[in-house]
Amino acid sequence: MINNKQVLIIMPAWNEAGCIGDTVREIRSELPGADVLVVDDGSADDTAHVAQAAGAAVARLPYNLGVGGAMRLGYRYARSAGYDVAIQIDADGQHDPRYVPKLVDALSEASLVIGARFAGEGSYCVRGLRRWSMAVLAFAISKMAKAKLTDTTSGFRACDRALIDLFAGWYPMEYLGDTVETLIRVARLHYRIQQIPVAMRNRAAGMPSQSLSKSVLYTGRAFFILLLAVVRR
Amino acid sequence: MLKLTFLTSITALMVLGIILELLRRRQLREKYAFLWMSVGLVVLILGFLPRLLDSVAAMLGVASGVSLVLFLGVIFLLLVSIHLSWEVSRLEEETRTLAEEIALIRTEFTRQSGELAERRQVE
Repeated sequence: MINNKQVLIIMPAWNEAGCIGDTVREIRSELPGADVLVVDDGSADDTAHVAQAAGAAVARLPYNLGVGGAMRLGYRYARSAGYDVAIQIDADGQHDPRYVPKLVDALSEASLVIGARFAGEGSYCVRGLRRWSMAVLAFAISKMAKAKLTDTTSGFRACDRALIDLFAGWYPMEYLGDTVETLIRVARLHYRIQQIPVAMRNRAAGMPSQSLSKSVLYTGRAFFILLLAVVRR
Repeated sequence: MLKLTFLTSITALMVLGIILELLRRRQLREKYAFLWMSVGLVVLILGFLPRLLDSVAAMLGVASGVSLVLFLGVIFLLLVSIHLSWEVSRLEEETRTLAEEIALIRTEFTRQSGELAERRQVE
């Protein structure tokens, strides 16, 4: 229980045996009142065992579905177990669990709360085309949600019961679908979205890709999703 | 002209043969069987009489029956591939749901066998 709410932390993990143990242990010591569900997204390594040994419940998918696929499974689990709040956190430890109570608090005013990376705290930055397309996405989605959202691709977010129900039945699997498309749908269904500034920690392994071709691909996909989401029912 | 008829009729027979064989081995779902049997039949008729559609083509302003067949064939294949994409999307959604069910069942199973082991230890 956090603030009288049953909270489930959903952590999609794909081949994260190296860091998932520490991440789960940290969350369990920082947030003793929350349950942790690790969704093992078809890992080839020991992710499921390491997570279980660290004290998390583990749902193991038979093959890789991607973040969106793992998250829908997490929301189905949250719905059937009757949790009030579901919070998505990355397995690599870049999200600081000490922000979780803030996110849960903010749920009293909104259905979806995003831990946003550019909103003042920390020093997360991206450059060039990707930055520009992220800014356009943020602008467009802020308009739809009638709230100021600066980070639409954050994988650190909390949602309430109504959205757990929605996401358990519908959660896109495509790249960016799990972040951008869900925000657009939630905004268009007139749920309230809010953001809380969070500082990111350095990723345990790897950096977000910055090559030009990837940025172009990213931008193209982002706008395609925006277009589809706007015309879709 | 005779050479052309020879080529098209042989092709038609081969296509029909493949469809029939797949049906006979139950490799083709029945819902597709009717479609492909009709296609096979049309191909067979046009194979033996490639000039059959010349008058229709003339009526529609297409230079020759063969061009008309080519045009209709392309449209037909386009529709078939759109249909297949749709089917694959649906199947992916179904297998995704199945994968989720399996994961949930595994989780529940692990939880229950854990509880069972604890109870045994207490006893």
